[in-house]
Amino acid sequence: MGARAPRGRAPGDAEVSGDLPVVTLPPEGVVTAASAGQEIVLPARDRYHDVVAAYRDGGYELLSDLCAVDYLAHPPRALPGGVAPERFEVVATLVSPADRRRVRVRVQVPEDDAAVDSLFDLFPGCEAMEREAFDMFGIRFRGHPDLTRILMPDDWEGFPLRKDYGVGRVPVQFKEAPGPR
Amino acid sequence: MSDDVFVHETAEGSQELRERAATPPAELQREVGSVLRLPEGHYVDVADLDVERPDDETMIINMGPQHPSTHGVLRLMMELDGETVLRTKPIIGYLHTGMEKTGEELTYQQGGTNVTRMDYLSPLNNELVFSLATEALLGIEIPPRAVWIRMLLSELQRVSSHLMWTATNGMDVGSTTMMIFGFREREMLLGFFEKATGLRMNHNFIRPGGTAADLPDGWEDDVDLICENVTLRLDDYDELLTGQPIFRERMEGVGALSAEEAMALSATGPILRSTGIPWDLRRTMPYLAYDQVDFDVIIGTYGDNFDRYAIRLNEIRESIKIIRQVLERMPAGDYRVQDKKVTPPPRARIDESMEALIHHFKVFTEGYKVPEGEVYAAVESPRGELGCYLVSDGSAKPYRLHVRAPSFVNLQSLPVMLRGGLMADAVATISSVDPVMGEVDR
Amino acid sequence: MGLEDLQHNFLTGTLEDLVKWARRNSVWPVTFGLACCAIEMMAVGAADFDISRFGMEVFRASPRQADLMIVAGRVSQKMAPVLRQVYDQMMEPKWVISMGVCASTGGMFNNYAIVQGVDQIVPVDVYAPGCPPNPETLLHAVLTLHEKIRTGEITRRRAAAGPAPEELAGWVPERPEAVRLGTPK
Repeated sequence: MGARAPRGRAPGDAEVSGDLPVVTLPPEGVVTAASAGQEIVLPARDRYHDVVAAYRDGGYELLSDLCAVDYLAHPPRALPGGVAPERFEVVATLVSPADRRRVRVRVQVPEDDAAVDSLFDLFPGCEAMEREAFDMFGIRFRGHPDLTRILMPDDWEGFPLRKDYGVGRVPVQFKEAPGPR
Repeated sequence: MSDDVFVHETAEGSQELRERAATPPAELQREVGSVLRLPEGHYVDVADLDVERPDDETMIINMGPQHPSTHGVLRLMMELDGETVLRTKPIIGYLHTGMEKTGEELTYQQGGTNVTRMDYLSPLNNELVFSLATEALLGIEIPPRAVWIRMLLSELQRVSSHLMWTATNGMDVGSTTMMIFGFREREMLLGFFEKATGLRMNHNFIRPGGTAADLPDGWEDDVDLICENVTLRLDDYDELLTGQPIFRERMEGVGALSAEEAMALSATGPILRSTGIPWDLRRTMPYLAYDQVDFDVIIGTYGDNFDRYAIRLNEIRESIKIIRQVLERMPAGDYRVQDKKVTPPPRARIDESMEALIHHFKVFTEGYKVPEGEVYAAVESPRGELGCYLVSDGSAKPYRLHVRAPSFVNLQSLPVMLRGGLMADAVATISSVDPVMGEVDR
Repeated sequence: MGLEDLQHNFLTGTLEDLVKWARRNSVWPVTFGLACCAIEMMAVGAADFDISRFGMEVFRASPRQADLMIVAGRVSQKMAPVLRQVYDQMMEPKWVISMGVCASTGGMFNNYAIVQGVDQIVPVDVYAPGCPPNPETLLHAVLTLHEKIRTGEITRRRAAAGPAPEELAGWVPERPEAVRLGTPK
């Protein structure tokens, strides 16, 4: 029905013929580390799209998850490889069905320029997930075909999952305790 | 529509949305021209349509959010040419509950109550993935009996969810008998859940560290009875639906999806397996004790509705197989890890010892601190890959709780499946995608 | 309709009883299942907790043909106008059962996204607590509604005239102060 054929190896392909691109993973010059026993990659923001494309060519054909995190209220953190931490992080999890492995790509997004490249041309399935990250955090995805609110009403103001946005508790008559729960 | 580009002004700046005629062909080709890119509050004024042009006879209608198909509050904005569906835009958010925000306000012990209400057809799977993520951050290992109890409950949930799906799918296609049949079996399972966990739904039973309690006495007989009854009745459903010509005509060839499309759209679960790709997390990236039990992964060929129906029906059979193996091989031991940090003391000890009382109090009010870190855990829920991305800042509450809901991602494959079909097929196809709006909107 | 305008006497009293009997024995709900409570509502419609014994198994899709709206599940900010629109489209007489704690008070979700009680949007007749309520709880709510219909009044009674407009002038509704029970601030 007009979709592209996957590049790199198809799932279940043990032998690879010579005309498929050979990709070395992880790509050069990119920080990798392990977190709770899982492989993570921390590219710079301008290399994010190319790094994900390289992983896709290397067999990681399924984009499992894409979300964002707001580190505003987090104690100061030190990232591996001397990567400078920013307020927001966009986290993409890729799966290689052939190797049965998962890799997590975490890119730092600064607060004043909260934009990052969209993965829509690599993985059309990221559309809804990027819209959710925009709706909840206000991170713009360059190249996304329809970056509008998906969960909140269209005219909602503010980004609910940011740390400076309150939970919105309504005071209940019998409980005057101000803190959460 | 005089403007080529609808510029939607919002407080964050303008966002451009293109009309179909102005959409560049590269983008149309990429999405097979299936996704309708219009603002959701847009009202099409008939006066704006140029009636001279004959190919402008498409109409844009709304299906939902309140509609009789029992799949919750999903709204579909469809572009129709007569009865044929051209482009679709699924509009969600009508059940957005702010669960990820609420999850940041609850401790890890309370987190299960929040997460369990996302996918309300198989709540124990949500609790399972949250507990797996928490345990990965805590670095604790749970005893074998807890693992096998979790596996038993997870498979019983899969049977219950697929029975519910078969019931509602049958009703959507027209067979109300199937609805009554499916719920009849489901009541047996829910009765067992009530006996074991205390509630029919939204159990909060699988907690970080193990499970909340041990299985009740006589559970083996109950589970055995369930397996027997479900196996017999599955043959009834086969007879009612599978061979029936009307059902086959309505389901075969409808809502077809190819393997490349499914992979590109990040579809998982029965949708991906119906296209022929044998991706089942229980087999490919095993968690709990799934590598120690014997079961088959069911795949389809054509990626149509009938394949998905057959996959779910047979997955019930495979789950029964797993449950029988669990019945035979359930190990003895603790139902939760005996780590003082995570596990509250047994209730009887609270009356005897002051220490136990204080310990219980601390675990349930303050909660236990989880070391700093981030982790992604995934399980195979009846709808696909259910994942939990947990970020901890060292305190007693999650810093960021994100749940990768399978239905949220699977809904993106809906426009591609609906394209070119009829309205009546749309109902059957939505049903075969099996969306649960609680986890779509969270 | 005509019955509300009639004065109560022994003839219309019998007619009123007949109308109330007819109304409560075939209350047709509109399909308004939102979340987990919807699953228990479907279970009530199925064979084990048969709601058909009360004449209610016909869940009408169109609100024009329905008498009862069982709000089953949490109502989000985006869904609230839709809920009101469906309620407005129902014909009199109509009733609302708020099923579950999320519909009654917002439930465990006291946050930005959930309307804290569906009675902020529509008038509710019966509240059914539970998360989710057992199908038997929902049946109890239905029977309570039937009782309410049975004991309710349709034709006018003499004492229901209400205060004269002069007495109402300058009247301000009383807002109770929330009582703090000694909990720390």
